[in-house]
Amino acid sequence: MNRLIRFSGATVRIPGRSPEVRDLAVQGGIVVDAPASENDIVIDATGLELLPGLTDLHVHLRDPGLTYKEDIESGTRCAVSSGVTSVVALANTDPVNDNPETTRYVIEQAESRAWCRVLPVSAATMGLNGEELAPYHQMLDAGCVAISDDGATVEKAGVMRRVMEYARSVNLPILPHCEDRSVRAGGVMNAGEVAVSLGLPGNPREAEEICLARDLLLARLTGAHLHVQHVTTAGGINLIRNAKAEGVRVTAEVCPHHLFLTDEAVRECGTHAKMAPPLRTASDVDALRDALREGVIDVIATDHAPHARHEKDLPFEAAPDGIIGLETLMPLCLKLVAEGVMDWERLLDLVVTGPRRVLGASGDVLGTGAPADFCLVDCSREWTYVADDGQSKSNNSPFDTWTFTGRVTTTFVDGVCRWDLDDVMPDSLKPRAGVPFQRP
Amino acid sequence: MPNLFGLRDLTAEQLTYLIGQSRSMLEVLQRPVPVVPALRGRRIGLMFFEPSTRTRMSFELAVKNLGADSLNFSAGGSSLSKGETLLDTAMTVSALGAHCIVVRDSHSGMPEFLSRHLDLPIINAGDGTNEHPTQALLDLVVMGEEWDDAFAGKTLSIVGDISRSRVARSNLWAARTLGMTVRLVAPRTFVDPGLEDCFGVPVFTDLEQGIRDADAVMALRVQKERRQAGGPYIPETLDYFLRYGLTRKKLDDLAPNAVLLHPGPVNRAVELAPDLLYNPDRSRIQRQVTAGVAVRMAVLYWALGASDE
Repeated sequence: MNRLIRFSGATVRIPGRSPEVRDLAVQGGIVVDAPASENDIVIDATGLELLPGLTDLHVHLRDPGLTYKEDIESGTRCAVSSGVTSVVALANTDPVNDNPETTRYVIEQAESRAWCRVLPVSAATMGLNGEELAPYHQMLDAGCVAISDDGATVEKAGVMRRVMEYARSVNLPILPHCEDRSVRAGGVMNAGEVAVSLGLPGNPREAEEICLARDLLLARLTGAHLHVQHVTTAGGINLIRNAKAEGVRVTAEVCPHHLFLTDEAVRECGTHAKMAPPLRTASDVDALRDALREGVIDVIATDHAPHARHEKDLPFEAAPDGIIGLETLMPLCLKLVAEGVMDWERLLDLVVTGPRRVLGASGDVLGTGAPADFCLVDCSREWTYVADDGQSKSNNSPFDTWTFTGRVTTTFVDGVCRWDLDDVMPDSLKPRAGVPFQRP
Repeated sequence: MPNLFGLRDLTAEQLTYLIGQSRSMLEVLQRPVPVVPALRGRRIGLMFFEPSTRTRMSFELAVKNLGADSLNFSAGGSSLSKGETLLDTAMTVSALGAHCIVVRDSHSGMPEFLSRHLDLPIINAGDGTNEHPTQALLDLVVMGEEWDDAFAGKTLSIVGDISRSRVARSNLWAARTLGMTVRLVAPRTFVDPGLEDCFGVPVFTDLEQGIRDADAVMALRVQKERRQAGGPYIPETLDYFLRYGLTRKKLDDLAPNAVLLHPGPVNRAVELAPDLLYNPDRSRIQRQVTAGVAVRMAVLYWALGASDE
């Protein structure tokens, strides 16, 4: 029953080690070190890259309550199609994940229906109201791995201080969405020339930087671990660089869309280029790319935020913020490598070890005894992403109809096949949903 | 002038003297008629500008047991409500013939302030977030009963709202003077920056580490009424209780020899499991209340009797 599966011929890329063409053996959900035997199920992976599974720290699965946009099944299917084997699921569901019952619902659903690991985030405040603390100890015990009100930014600095202080009792990272609502003042896209030419209210970079500066100072005061979500500005990068130099416990992420698009994209993509914080300018894109190389940024995360067609099919100002991003994560990452923005090693830092470190997990992946979470990538395959034909229930992507080189063909989570693009797995290994919960 | 502003100011000898005097007073309290008329004819102003049950009642009893008279004063029905300042009120009490003033007020430093203007001993019955010296003295008396007054090297874990606790601070000063080890155990919302540096004590966010092998564990009241100002300090109280609430099992597993103290009033199922409150093996909370009367007798006698004019 529990036969050893041997992946042969792939270039195995493990962070901290030189890539090598070798076999990877999997049995009972973990990587094993066993000599070849004729009982092995052999999967020919010649010419493919074998990468450790990615962890995406910023995903909205919309489940419970908003499952017309996405659910635990469809969202995690998007994930494995991009080689993502763990998603960190934010709390702005209905009901909000501010109570252990909702956390248990998410975990139970994932154990029966998910295609990858689902790691729930506790709300920072009850109902994301920015006033009362959520019960972090109970949320930790129920399985939460981080604390965040995300887009419902905690408005009062004094409350954010208490969030960070109380979070130290559970030693979980806080993931703030830094935007000062009063400075943003209803802005819907980056404040600048393009916004003016489209007649849209602008969301200035300072709205992000003011809130970011506040949270960095509060992290210094409280000693909490701050993981800053989606930094988008050159000024924000400087704030983080300085805070790190000062010894503040801070890590930070950027989203792929902020690395590839500017506010000009709004002209063409409309509401599918609407998100918060917004697409900025070419010089910000350059600064973010530099920061990736330099190490100021620790993580690439998607902020996968599905919205139904009828919600996005509205005048720009009336549509909700957010775009989907999981399915385009791997192709865009491969594009960064292909364009020479970074090498493989740095990429794996940003999507594998970096996010794991934020969660307090070991950076040692795919060693003997480690969970068999990995993917196979065909780096030469050309394909066109069509959002309507994708795995998500929604199609709000600015990368719709982009042509990419490189695609994930196979993803394994917990030693079980979860994604088999070309339908080549033997019958005994056909993809199965349902992943047991495991703290990273 | 024998003022008692706080334990910060007392030497080890003074602390030991007051603890010893308190023990004598505890003996008095054992008598069929628990009275020593050492302060007969003395008038003691009890000025409580903040609500109080234990402290106020025990000072009243202490005054009676020493044969003195009390001038009672509470904020509600007084001329304070007519706009008189606290100092004016204290001046009035002095002019009425009080020989000593016991004061409780929400402002840190009030006893010292009053003493700058009044020529009579001032006893602090709790000032803001600063000190509550008679409470910490009674804690020492109760702990000392367990340890034959060998305080040096003993470990006291204080659990709860440290920063806003004058009880914790008085205990911290005294513990330092007597060579005790103190550990503070609390979520960081209850620990102001600088606390560790000021007292040179560690802060534990983890209760299990914080109370392990302690000789005494003191739980502090979670001030629910203060959740608004400057808060939120904790989520709903269950979350606090699950991690910081003391239970029989946690004490048995982690600090099998520790006695339990609490300055009261207790929030059941917030700081303590209900069955711990009057548990005779563990809890010294009732003993604290009794010792409080003796301590206040000792302090009043020290302030008035020992330095007879």
